[in-house]
Amino acid sequence: MKRLLPLLLLAALPAWAKEPDAARQLQLDSMLSQDCGSCHGMTRKGGLGSPLTLDAMRAQDDETLLYTILEGRPGTPMPPWKMLLSEADARWLVRRLKGENP
Amino acid sequence: MKRLLCAALLLGLGACAPQYRATGDLGLVVERADGRLKLVESTHSTALASIPGLGDLSHASIVYSRDERFAFVFGRDGGLTKVDMLRAEIAGRVVQSGNSIGGAISQDGSLVAVANYTPGGVKVFDTDTMELVADIPAIGADGKASKVVGLEDAPGNIFAFSLYDAGEIWLLDMKDRTKPGLRKFPHIGKQPYDALVTEDGRYYMAGLFGEDGIALLDLWNPDQGVRRILDHYGRGQEALPVYKMPHLEGWAASGNLAFLPAIGRHEVLVVDMNTWREVGRVPVAGQPVFAMLQPGGRRLWVNFALPDNGKVQVVDVPSLKVIKTIEPGLAVLHMEFTPRGERVWMSARDSDQVSVWDTQSLEKVAEMPATKPSGIFFTARAHRMGL
Repeated sequence: MKRLLPLLLLAALPAWAKEPDAARQLQLDSMLSQDCGSCHGMTRKGGLGSPLTLDAMRAQDDETLLYTILEGRPGTPMPPWKMLLSEADARWLVRRLKGENP
Repeated sequence: MKRLLCAALLLGLGACAPQYRATGDLGLVVERADGRLKLVESTHSTALASIPGLGDLSHASIVYSRDERFAFVFGRDGGLTKVDMLRAEIAGRVVQSGNSIGGAISQDGSLVAVANYTPGGVKVFDTDTMELVADIPAIGADGKASKVVGLEDAPGNIFAFSLYDAGEIWLLDMKDRTKPGLRKFPHIGKQPYDALVTEDGRYYMAGLFGEDGIALLDLWNPDQGVRRILDHYGRGQEALPVYKMPHLEGWAASGNLAFLPAIGRHEVLVVDMNTWREVGRVPVAGQPVFAMLQPGGRRLWVNFALPDNGKVQVVDVPSLKVIKTIEPGLAVLHMEFTPRGERVWMSARDSDQVSVWDTQSLEKVAEMPATKPSGIFFTARAHRMGL
């Protein structure tokens, strides 16, 4: 339940949360491999952070991943990225992590 | 050009035979995304050669043999690669685990140790043969395997390291390589994330992520156990999200003062090494990643985590004031001083560039292209403890 509340808030985000444009997608891809990669490994096999392999990502539902990206995981070094990423950015990253090609 | 070519091809190769080359001004720049190293020299600030084939080099670090001939490169994918600095080629490589995070070379230069995440533990190799000498699984007092971080060399062919999940510090004594000795210090605090050994080899300090504070072990008096310093340095304030873990390794002392990146804060902590108490804070432009004193200790150079990772600030040590903010490029990941500190090299990952700055004038004096550069490591590290 504690998890659901922020999700509902996210769902209520305004229309500006649209699909990132091509330039932003490039930035997000670079961020994924370089900045996420500094803890999760550039090949996403994990490091200080857990593995972000396709199998690991497909085992999680979208909303959990979205919440983890935006809000972080308290008690671990995974920070909330909502200061740097919009909800649309994070949704795009979730699809990317699951091997889809938005 | 011919001179450079010869320098790169190096001795013993017939045509270049008279062009003897020493390694004291050489270094390596990690091109992390391509698994490649750039061999550089710091006298004229030039690149000499490229060395490919090192695997996943995210968060790669490097130590040097005492003759400064060989580099030992620790890759993220568990690869330990020995690189010949004169021939500019790989001299040996073992993939020793699934996932590793740095290492250290022993005081006598005969052993190199690697810290592993998966499976958690430390493996020790002979620097000549690259053969496995010791394999130490990191099972904490809780009975669980732990990631190992902050592996450093200490006097007496000792390796000190921390167990991230278990919250412990271990000392691995390799004086007799056939009988590795292990001494464990449990309950040192939550989530040690990185560590350092002071320049004199006396203290091992592990920074804690799970709580404020530093775990300090006096290696001259290990019987006294681990003590906590700088407890609750952020008490009463909410820490900011940490977008990149700080590194403690650039740490050095200027007189009795030491400088540490404050985790989750836009501050550098100033610590009196006689009392191990905080004596000041320097407000800076972002969350510090490296807070590195230039050799001599006159100035402190600080780079930052996202979103301030395009800046570097220079702090004047006597006044503890920021005297200049420079913007060397996008995503500044690392800084490395020339051995006596007249210049500092910086890598700007997202600008695909390495730049060289004069530490007196604080002006840029050279730059070179590099693909997604991260760590820069000069051979002078061979003669410093705790690196």
